[in-house]
Amino acid sequence: MVPLSWYLILSGILFSLGVLGFLLKRNIITIFMSIELMLNAVNLTFVAFANYWNTHPVADKSIVPLSGQVFVFFVMVVAAAEAAVGLAIIISVYRTRETLNVDRVNLLKL
Amino acid sequence: MTKNLNLWVIPLLPLIGAAINGLLGRRFKNTMVNAVALLFTAASFGWAAWAVWTAWPGSGVALPHIETVATWITAGNFSAPFGFQLDQLSMIMVLVVTGVGFLIHIYSVGYMAHEGGYYRFFAYLNLFMFFMLTLVLANNYLLMFVGWEGVGLASYLLIGFFFLKDSAADAGKKAFIVNRIGDFAFLIGMFLLIQHCGTLTFSGDSGVFAQVAKLPQDTGWGWITITALCLMFGATGKSAQVPLYVWLPDAMEGPTPVSALIHAATMVTAGIYMIARSHAIFNLAPHALQIVAIIGCITAIFAATMGLAQTDIKRVLAYSTVSQLGYMFLACGVAAYSAGIFHLMTHAFFKALLFLGAGSVIHAVGGEQDMRRMGGLRKLIPVTFWVVTIATIAIAGIPPFAGFFSKDEILGAVFHSPYGGPVIWGIGVLTAGLTSFYMFRLWFMTFFGELKLGSVDLGEEAHAAHAPAQAAHGAASHSHGHADDHSHGHGGVHESPWVMLAPLVLLAALSIVGGWVGWPQFMRGHNEIEHFLAPVMQSGPSVAGEAVSDKDATTSHAGETTPENTSEEWLLAGTSVAAALIGLFFAYLLYYKSPGLPDRITSKMHGIYMMVLHKYYVDEGYGAIFVKPLLALSTVVLWRGVDQGVIDGLVNGAGTASQGVGNELRQMQSGNIRSYAAWVALGGAAIVAYMIWLGVTR
Amino acid sequence: MVHQVLFIVFGLICVAGAINLLVQRHPISSALSLVVVMASLALIYLLLGAEFVAAIQVIVYAGAIMVLFVFVIMLLNAGAEERTRGSRIALFVGVPGVIILAGTVGWMLVSGSRRLGTVSISSSNFGETHAIAKLLFKEFLLPFEITSVLILIAIMGAVVLGKREN
Repeated sequence: MVPLSWYLILSGILFSLGVLGFLLKRNIITIFMSIELMLNAVNLTFVAFANYWNTHPVADKSIVPLSGQVFVFFVMVVAAAEAAVGLAIIISVYRTRETLNVDRVNLLKL
Repeated sequence: MTKNLNLWVIPLLPLIGAAINGLLGRRFKNTMVNAVALLFTAASFGWAAWAVWTAWPGSGVALPHIETVATWITAGNFSAPFGFQLDQLSMIMVLVVTGVGFLIHIYSVGYMAHEGGYYRFFAYLNLFMFFMLTLVLANNYLLMFVGWEGVGLASYLLIGFFFLKDSAADAGKKAFIVNRIGDFAFLIGMFLLIQHCGTLTFSGDSGVFAQVAKLPQDTGWGWITITALCLMFGATGKSAQVPLYVWLPDAMEGPTPVSALIHAATMVTAGIYMIARSHAIFNLAPHALQIVAIIGCITAIFAATMGLAQTDIKRVLAYSTVSQLGYMFLACGVAAYSAGIFHLMTHAFFKALLFLGAGSVIHAVGGEQDMRRMGGLRKLIPVTFWVVTIATIAIAGIPPFAGFFSKDEILGAVFHSPYGGPVIWGIGVLTAGLTSFYMFRLWFMTFFGELKLGSVDLGEEAHAAHAPAQAAHGAASHSHGHADDHSHGHGGVHESPWVMLAPLVLLAALSIVGGWVGWPQFMRGHNEIEHFLAPVMQSGPSVAGEAVSDKDATTSHAGETTPENTSEEWLLAGTSVAAALIGLFFAYLLYYKSPGLPDRITSKMHGIYMMVLHKYYVDEGYGAIFVKPLLALSTVVLWRGVDQGVIDGLVNGAGTASQGVGNELRQMQSGNIRSYAAWVALGGAAIVAYMIWLGVTR
Repeated sequence: MVHQVLFIVFGLICVAGAINLLVQRHPISSALSLVVVMASLALIYLLLGAEFVAAIQVIVYAGAIMVLFVFVIMLLNAGAEERTRGSRIALFVGVPGVIILAGTVGWMLVSGSRRLGTVSISSSNFGETHAIAKLLFKEFLLPFEITSVLILIAIMGAVVLGKREN
């Protein structure tokens, strides 16, 4: 009996905190974790809507009611792959630049 | 019947010659260049002669004979054709231009033989012929203006022919710029004509002159007077009248044949021709005619005084040209147009002869142009001596040579005209005396006495005596020495080759007999030229003379036929001849009998002499009043201000602005991930906000 | 009623964990806070009736991905964050951007909350593995197979990138 908007507001708050983390933190790994936080927030939205379409059936046949959860599945897969590759990149950056401070890794500037 | 004379061929032939010589002449040998140039000029003369013969009055061809080749401009109601017109006036002009031009081409073959840029000279000369023929054969003001500007261009090219010399290049510029000032006035006049008549074509029922003829005489300052004044001002530029005469003396920097052709016989007469052609307009504008007469008179005497003090042989002739042009202007000013044209014709003969003869003299003495270094040449170059003598007598106005008849015609018209009167006539006679004086001065200084080449210290042009070959580093501004370097070391004074002498002899013959076509009636002649030109010069009211009966409205000459005028005419003629002889006497006195006398006189009148010697400081005056401020304006305002500041500023500024913007935008690529993320966040927020706004408002 | 209280509790834990992630200076503390966030999110999924999702959230996300993170932190010996001169733009452009984003979304959600209605744990087969599997292998078969290829590529990428240059 929880209003849907509460879930969405929670998701929004988590997402905004994720963006803030991305902007304000200096450690690359922490920035990565903020990205994971953002992905989680989006997952919550998907699941909430999946439930919503399940309980409030809609005539539009293109909306498969449980597909939100399937999408969460995919998001997690992608997040895993991304985390793996991303951390590998971080490791190789650390090997080259000897630092995990994102402000020091700014060679791609004009 | 309207026979097609293909008049357009006449200007076209020299143009082809100019094109061939100009484009290909660099590789030609001199003989080839000669052949091309002379061939086309002769062909043009031949065609012109044939056309004149065919269209001679009485042959059945209606005059004016007009041929329109094509339409040039059509704009609304206005249209200007490529049209050519042959009538008595243009017949005389075209024969003078092609004939004298051809003789001068022949002369140039000999004169320019050792010069560099040979092909260029003949190309320019042919180009000049093309433009001049366009000018005299045009049937509308616009095409005439094309020729007008074109002869100015050719004049510039030819005056500055020795372009490596600063003074020559400057003289060319001066000529062109001063001419341009006059041309501006000409343009204004043409615009007024377009405004009031809607056309610029001369003849025909809808032509300018037909329309103008229906108007009453403009006694005030209406548009007709203003138009006439504008046209007159244009003529003062081209025909070197006061105030725009200053370019002609400097134009002597050009080679001598150029001075003969352009600045004696043809280009400078374009103004006179234009006024004669526009006589219908001028006749309706008494104020304009008066001003024309006054300007002509002032120019005549002014230039004659300046010619008294000059020491460069060509400068004397230049001022003489200005003075004689003043006479022609004066003739037009008293509505005696045919007299002006008559003097134009005779002047072409003897002035061209004088210039070519001077060229022959200069050639003989190896490039020297200062008369004080000449002398005693009459035994050394006899042919040149005789032809120059003939020309000098002609210009002095001593009968029965050509100058007397035309000058007397003019002076007679002036005396009887309300625009002239006895005062102006008196000044004209005085000028005739001065003309005779300085011309015989030239004659005595050049041909009599002893040859002083290289052995004379030139006094205030303080300067050690040079050998003639080195006198190219001339002294002061007017005896500036050798525009054309004729020191080709033949050694000694020698006569010119026959290719140069033959045209001189021909011109001398014309100078003797040329005046006889205008043998006045009071001397029991028939004044053929006046009758010839009469149909063209059908004049309106207020012509010269009170004895002309109104039924006899085809002439503009005073003192015709009636017996009680003949004694008056004899008196007037006698006075001018007497003035000429007095001038001769004084020249004889000062330059032959007692050669020390001129120096004593000038030292007594030092102030006046200096003023005359420096041409009344007119050039300096113009420089200070017009040239320097204009130059300052150009440099400070237009160059630094507009060109460098505004235009360069805009263009460079656009570049600098792009660079600046680029610089600013570059800051975004800082390599800092967090700033990238910030921009993404902002962008994303903007998109989301926009979508929400879209959704909400829907 | 109970659901709402539970939701508020777990929601607050989520937000607290997220804020802690931001505030902590040492990355390991941030990682552990993130684990807390994921765990409470799993509980919220349970509140929504999505058991399967909750389960894989814990197993995959908190159990594998976060462990990977912790391992990397350990490997790289990441220390406490140092204060470097940051990017002013991030502060002055990004933060307002976030605020705008959060603000607009939040305002829209709050103003439309009545229209949106409620969610609840309703029918039994909502979170069932069986139902999700059916979808996965029928409608979403192609994406499923592609994700397997994706994982393969990720593995290869991680191996290549992580190799030490000799």
